[in-house]
Amino acid sequence: MSRRDRLSGNEAIATAMRQIEPDVFAMFPITPSTEIPQYYAQYVADGKVNTEFVCVESEHSAMSACIGAEAAGARAVTATSSAGLSLMNEMLYVAASARLPIVLAVSTRALTGPININHDYSDSMAERDSGFIQIYAENNQEAYDNYLQAHRIGEHKDVRLPVMICEDGFITSHAIENIELENDKDVKNFVGKYEPENYLLKSENPLAVGPYGISAYYMEARVAQAEAMKNAKQVILDVAADFEKNFGRKYGLFESYKMEDADIAIVIMGSSAGTAKAAVDELRESGIKAGLIKIRVFRPFPGEELAEALKNCKAVAVLDKSEGFSANGGQVFADTAAACINLEKRPKMINIIYGLGGRDFTIDAAKRVFARLQKIADGGELGPVYTHLGQRDLRKEAQ
Amino acid sequence: MSKMIEIRWHARGGQGAKTASQLLADAAFMAGKYVQSFPEYGPERSGAPITAYNRISDERCPIHSNIYTPDYVAVVDETLIETVDVTAGLSKDGAIIINSKKRGDEIRSLLHGYEGKVFTIDAGKISRQYLGAYFPNTPMLAAVVAVSGCVEKDQFLQDMETSYRHKFEKKPQVIKPNLDCLAESMREVRE
Repeated sequence: MSRRDRLSGNEAIATAMRQIEPDVFAMFPITPSTEIPQYYAQYVADGKVNTEFVCVESEHSAMSACIGAEAAGARAVTATSSAGLSLMNEMLYVAASARLPIVLAVSTRALTGPININHDYSDSMAERDSGFIQIYAENNQEAYDNYLQAHRIGEHKDVRLPVMICEDGFITSHAIENIELENDKDVKNFVGKYEPENYLLKSENPLAVGPYGISAYYMEARVAQAEAMKNAKQVILDVAADFEKNFGRKYGLFESYKMEDADIAIVIMGSSAGTAKAAVDELRESGIKAGLIKIRVFRPFPGEELAEALKNCKAVAVLDKSEGFSANGGQVFADTAAACINLEKRPKMINIIYGLGGRDFTIDAAKRVFARLQKIADGGELGPVYTHLGQRDLRKEAQ
Repeated sequence: MSKMIEIRWHARGGQGAKTASQLLADAAFMAGKYVQSFPEYGPERSGAPITAYNRISDERCPIHSNIYTPDYVAVVDETLIETVDVTAGLSKDGAIIINSKKRGDEIRSLLHGYEGKVFTIDAGKISRQYLGAYFPNTPMLAAVVAVSGCVEKDQFLQDMETSYRHKFEKKPQVIKPNLDCLAESMREVRE
C-alpha cells in the first residue's frame, strides 16, 4: 500500500535513500542539493538507518569515497549540484570506467557565470560523456520513482554503471507537491540486496580496480563500457516494467504526450515538460495537432525510439536548458537531430535554448514555440535553426 | 479541471513567506487537495523582498512556472507595497490580504488602481497577543484561508489541531494558543 504525502523533491529523494539504506553516504553540501544530506544526517542521528555517513572535504572527495566504498563491495551514494558536480568530473569518469554502480542524486543548477544558484542543466549536461546513466524527473514523484529504480539499473550484470538521478534545482528540489510514497518494506524488496560478483574485499578473488590500461587494452575496456551503456536501455525498460507491476506507475525511456497524430512537437526534459503539456492541452482544444516528448533517459540516449516517435511530425522543436557554446545548438538537439538523420522522411527541426539560470518557462513561452512550429509545418520558412527563448527583450526572439 | 486557486506571497527574507506558503499547502493537503508550494529564490539575504507561491487544485497540476495572474495575494510586510507591484496580474475577482493596522480602504490608494477586494489583518498584534511574539505567518495563514475559502473553515481548524498535536508533541502548552490565534485571525481579517 502506498501512502499519500506532500514532500519537496529533495525530501522525496532523501526518503528513497532512507528506504533503500545504502551502506555509505559520502556528503559535501552545495545548494540546491544540500537538503538531501541534511535530511539523511537526521535519519542517521535518529537511528533510522545504519549507513556510514562520511562528511568529506569536497565533492571530488565525496565521489572518491563512493568509488572506494563501492569497489570494496558496498552500496554507495552521494548528492550534489552545479560546481560540486564539476569538481567531481575527474572521479565520475573513474567511477564509470571502473564499472561501479554508484547512485548520484543531482539537483541540477546553472554553472558560473555569472554566479547563479538557480536551475538549468549546464551541470549535468557537462557530464553527459562521463559514462554515467542519466535519468531526469518532471516532478517530485518522478524523482522518487527514478531513485527507487536507479540501483537495480546500475547494478545489473549487463550494465554495471553509475547512475545520475537528476531533478530540477529549486523548481523540483524545493517545491512541495503531493506524492505517493511506497512502504519501506516494499521498497527494500523491490530494490533488493547488492550482491556484486567481484569486489576488493572478496578475499578468494583478489583484483585491482582502476589500473593503467595500455593502448593494447584501453580501447577494449572503453568498448565494453559502451556496450554496457547500450545494454542499459533494455535494463531500464525491464526495471520500469517491474516497477509498474509493483507500484503501478509507468515509465519508459521517454514519455510521449498526445503524439499519435501530432503534426508539430516539442522535445523537452524535466519540470518544463509539465508546463509545456498544459500548452499542448490548450492548443489541442483549438484543434492544433500539437504533441510533446519528454526525455526521461538522456544517457543512454534513446535515439532509435525517438526517431520512430518523431518520424510523422512536420516540424519539431528541441528545447535545451543548457547553452553548450557549440554555436550549433544544444546537447539534446545534437543527439535528437543525429537520431533522425537516416529517416526516409524526417521533420524540419529547430533548437531552442531556454530557461538558463532559472529564467522562468511559461505556458505562453511554450505556445510561442508551437506557433513558430505551426508556421514551419504550413510551409513557411524554417528561419534560424538555433535560437534563444524568453530573453528580457522579447524582440530578440525568433518568431 | 475544476477551478485551481493560485496564491502569491510577498514578504521580506526572514519573515517566513516560504513557511507560510508551506503551511497553507499543508492545510490544503490535509483537506484532500493537490498542492504546490514553492519559493522564488533570488540573492538570499535577510530583509530583501521575496516571493513564494501556492497552487491548490482538485487534480495534480502539471504547470511548474511562477504565478503571474494570481487569484489572491498575501503581503506579510506592508512596507513592500511601496517598492513591489504587489497587485501585478492579480484577478479583480480575487483579493489582496495585507498585514497592516490600517483598514483596506486606507491602503487602496497605494495599490495602483487595483479594483478587487482589499483585506487587512493586524497580524503583529494578534500574534503578540496569542503567541507572545511577532509571528505574522500564523495570522496570515488563517486570513488567507478565510478570504480565499480554499479550505473550509471548520475543517481547517480541525486539521491544524491534528497538525499542531504532532508538531508540538513535546510542547503541548502552545497548541491551544496557536489554535486560538488562527480562529481569532479568521474573525479579525476584514475589508
